[in-house]
Amino acid sequence: MFTQLLHEHFVHNALLAGAVVSIVSGAVGTFVIARGLAFAVHAISELGFTGAAGALVLGVDPVLGMMSGSLLVGAVLGVLSLRGSERDSAIGSFLAFGLGVGVLLLSLYQGYATEATNLLFGSIVGVDDAQVLALVLVAVVVCASLIAIYRPLLFSSVDPEVAAARGVPVRLLSVAIFLLLALTTAEAIQVVGVLLVLTLVITPAAAAQRLSPRPGTALLVGIAIALISTEGGILLSLAQPWPASFFISAISFAFYLTARLLPKPLMRARSSAGEL
Amino acid sequence: MSVVAVSDVSLRFGARVLFEDLSFQLDEGDFVAVLGPNGAGKTSLVRILLGLQEPTSGRVRVDGIEPARCRSRVGYVPQQRAFDRDLALRGRDLVRLGLDGHRFGIGRADWGPIDDALRAVGAAEYADAPVGRLSGGEQQRLRIAQALVCKPRLLLVDEPLLSLDLASQRVVVELLDAHRRAARTPIVFVTHDVNPVMPYVDRVLYLTGGAWAIGPVDEVMTSETLSALYGTEVDVLRVRDRLVVVGTPDDEHHHH
Repeated sequence: MFTQLLHEHFVHNALLAGAVVSIVSGAVGTFVIARGLAFAVHAISELGFTGAAGALVLGVDPVLGMMSGSLLVGAVLGVLSLRGSERDSAIGSFLAFGLGVGVLLLSLYQGYATEATNLLFGSIVGVDDAQVLALVLVAVVVCASLIAIYRPLLFSSVDPEVAAARGVPVRLLSVAIFLLLALTTAEAIQVVGVLLVLTLVITPAAAAQRLSPRPGTALLVGIAIALISTEGGILLSLAQPWPASFFISAISFAFYLTARLLPKPLMRARSSAGEL
Repeated sequence: MSVVAVSDVSLRFGARVLFEDLSFQLDEGDFVAVLGPNGAGKTSLVRILLGLQEPTSGRVRVDGIEPARCRSRVGYVPQQRAFDRDLALRGRDLVRLGLDGHRFGIGRADWGPIDDALRAVGAAEYADAPVGRLSGGEQQRLRIAQALVCKPRLLLVDEPLLSLDLASQRVVVELLDAHRRAARTPIVFVTHDVNPVMPYVDRVLYLTGGAWAIGPVDEVMTSETLSALYGTEVDVLRVRDRLVVVGTPDDEHHHH
């Protein structure tokens, strides 16, 4: 049964979609962690849900609605470029109202409730060829942008004050990372659903931060963890009829816990250094 | 030619005047402390020299050109702030950002000058440790390496000693002083307390939000000059080898 499924076209689609989404999630997640934007990811994803619910009511493709919702919120948060507790309270307020609108829209929607459930909890095995193509195209845009702005983005993420002094366009990069994050979130929603986006965008990158002190290596490790979680989760859901989203979140969480519990090997580098 | 030329520069935010007709020049090897109460425009002056803040009027030249076009040749050291303990960034990565962090793409690191800068500040032995695990003093050494790695023509240093213990404060000031003596790079050093830098600086620029004075420490840091600047009676006392300023409108800044 399991080996038979491996030859099915829909399984290939799911695995391909999962791989593409993992790569962008792991990569963008690294900058999300460095900038402390975990809460913003949550807000962008939930408001993607509002966008999708709006699209359902209007009878348009919900993915399109979701993309618009995420991008709109991403752009607003990026332009505001708030910091600290002000940012969190602004995000909380946006998020709450947006979700309220989503609830209203969903109550107006006369169609099948499964559409909504899929959005909330993911429907990786349901992606068709056209969706896979769209996922790949968006992922190429995100990856190409990340490569192009990698160094100034890292600089402005970890050291914004000096980056600004060196002439790095800090504000512009803030908008850029929020837009890339919105695209990534819209991608991840299609695999794990609105409520589980953090499991791909935050958890792998957070685990990776504890596994390597090198920024480039941590980024690649984050991608690897996201890949293993997603592909492993999809395969397990074929063998055992539980939702793929559960398995994906369980595997990435296992990586996170392990990374946290491991003693930090990189502190060896420090042991020889005397206190200043 | 002077490295920094500030001529008749004024900065106002609405009705608030930070400085008016400020003029001074910095030559190679100069070490100037910028002093004054909070909100007097010390950091705004640094931002003007970086081309991040446009003065209301006047002319600023760094290395003969507009400050905004000169940023790649200016080293900047900010005040110490905590990095996230888990941040995937080693000391050498932080220094590298000062060399090529403003360039597009991923790029290959040119570790030669980075290692030179790390050695110059004595940070080589913890260059591979994550910055979030280093002490404030160690982080500030890395900051100085980060500022020096681009071979700057000018060093702008904004309150680098805040939250450092006295020993680390002295290390930071001595490193900067040694560099300006060796490389002749002029230093603008913003601080609320003159004492840690007093033995090293050539001149003091004192801003009070409207009025200003520049000159050697023993000309500016006098009861007479500061009273005139503040427009109220201010006493500068010498207690052992420290200066204590008493009677400024925001007196608490001098009680550190």
